Amino acid sequence: MKAFFLALLKSRAGLFGFLLVSVFVLAAILAPYLGLPVPTRSNLLARMAAPTWTGLFSPGAHPLGTDELGRDILSRIVHGSRITLAIAAAAVILGGIVGTLLGIVAGYYRGMVDRVLMRIVDIQLALPLMLLALLVVAALGPSTRNLVIVLALTSWLRYARIIRGQVLALREREFILSAHAIGAGTWRIMLKHLLPNVMTPALVIATLELARIIIMDAALSFLGLGVQPPNPSWGRMLADGRVYISTAWWIVTFPGIAILLTVLSVNLLGDWLRDHFDPKLRTTR
Amino acid sequence: MTRYLVGKLAESLLAIWGVVTIVFFVSRVLGDPAVLLLPVGAGQQDLDALRASLGLDRPILEQYLISVLAMVRGDFGISFQHQRPAMDVVLERMPVTATLAGTALLFGTLIGAVAGAIAALKRGTISEFIVMVAALLGQATPVFWLGIMLILVFSVDLGWFPTGGSGTIAHLVLPGLTLSVFVSASIARLLRSSLLDIMREDYVRTARAKGLLPRTVFFWHIARNALIPVITMIGIIAGELLGGSVVIETVFAWPGVGRIIMQAIQAQDFPVIQAGVALVAAIFIVVNLLVDLLYGVLDPRIRRR
Repeated sequence: MKAFFLALLKSRAGLFGFLLVSVFVLAAILAPYLGLPVPTRSNLLARMAAPTWTGLFSPGAHPLGTDELGRDILSRIVHGSRITLAIAAAAVILGGIVGTLLGIVAGYYRGMVDRVLMRIVDIQLALPLMLLALLVVAALGPSTRNLVIVLALTSWLRYARIIRGQVLALREREFILSAHAIGAGTWRIMLKHLLPNVMTPALVIATLELARIIIMDAALSFLGLGVQPPNPSWGRMLADGRVYISTAWWIVTFPGIAILLTVLSVNLLGDWLRDHFDPKLRTTR
Repeated sequence: MTRYLVGKLAESLLAIWGVVTIVFFVSRVLGDPAVLLLPVGAGQQDLDALRASLGLDRPILEQYLISVLAMVRGDFGISFQHQRPAMDVVLERMPVTATLAGTALLFGTLIGAVAGAIAALKRGTISEFIVMVAALLGQATPVFWLGIMLILVFSVDLGWFPTGGSGTIAHLVLPGLTLSVFVSASIARLLRSSLLDIMREDYVRTARAKGLLPRTVFFWHIARNALIPVITMIGIIAGELLGGSVVIETVFAWPGVGRIIMQAIQAQDFPVIQAGVALVAAIFIVVNLLVDLLYGVLDPRIRRR
């Protein structure tokens, strides 16, 4: 752990990403205690107020302006990060667990199981992710739970493919062969011996997937298929603000910058993790 | 080589069949198109008659078999909304999507390749730093937001280009630029890391040691090998772009394949959904097949396998 942080301190890009991610996560967790205006309370007297930086700490200040209903944009972005990050994290965890387990099963059993699973991966690869997501959300109905399912569905195969490759190599190693020899069961070998050995690549993929999923979540919300109003979500804010683009540029600009910074920092952290733990993964993406 | 191709083709047909099957069953959950098509207040009799005429009253497996057999003959059915063959409705949008995809690929690849090569060859200089920061920012920017920002600056403020629609070169500039940024960022990063990997290889040192011109070493020994992962990436991006980028087409009101499929999903127009997704999947698979063949040209070792 100490060595890990020492290495992180040496990499400027990785450290920058790590710090920025920490700030965003802290802001999301502490959002209700930051003294921000209520994100869903509209104030028709302060509709589309431009960003002002004078009297920043006085009540009623809107450093990033207000939207078409007079809601404070800074507060909506910070509160929106709770929903956006929670959905993205849930989707990454769900997709990661399913993908990793299927990858282990395919790599360990090989043969028919492996072939069928890899064919399914091929089929899904031929189907554009966005169309798959649109279809499934349209079929299941837009809700937070369905959004998580759809995002996980677009994600599992990236784990499955890479983990399968790792397991194919691992299963010939001595420690697995000796586990076999002393009579360990299939499940024991997969969960106790293979799983710990693929945790690192799985974590690296998860970080890089988190960035992709945040953008995809915003795109789905932008198309009206994500989190439903009045809850603030970044994609939704973009979609709503787009209508007022010629009169109030700030409504659509700041949520986009929030997405950009979040994805950038997660990407920086993910790139660093990949290079730190396993530079070989680079070619597989 | 022939055996390899036949095997690949069989795999491709299997994948298209899989895509069509998934889309068939998922889209049947969407709802009853008869309710959408008839005016409000239509009687049960009208509903039943319409369902019967669309073939929606038969058991789902029978409907599936009928539509798969028809698709094999190239018949994707009649669009519920447009009352024309569904494949025609989708194919009409193809040139518009292909124009945008081609523009983005051409400029994105050129810019990305030059930037990536500069970053690798000028290792540790300010040029590499600038390219890498730009590429990181480009990859982290949601494309649809970048599109909106470009509209804000170049259409709303400066009034240089139209905010949306298609038809002229001026309409193509902003969506083309938006997608090029995304394409070039991915390609620049991949080409750089790929070049750096290859430059470390022993055969590159050998080539230098035997006194070949730096230019010869770069083009014949380094670039040729470094291009393989880049071409894979270009293939994947080309497949995605030719399928129509739904969000970008929405932002720029670009009447392409992505938008028509999205509208079909909203209107529960099953034949158009089927035709659109089958076409998009087929394009993706064909592009990737071409990429596979290109490997053989770049790397003779692969040809012999």
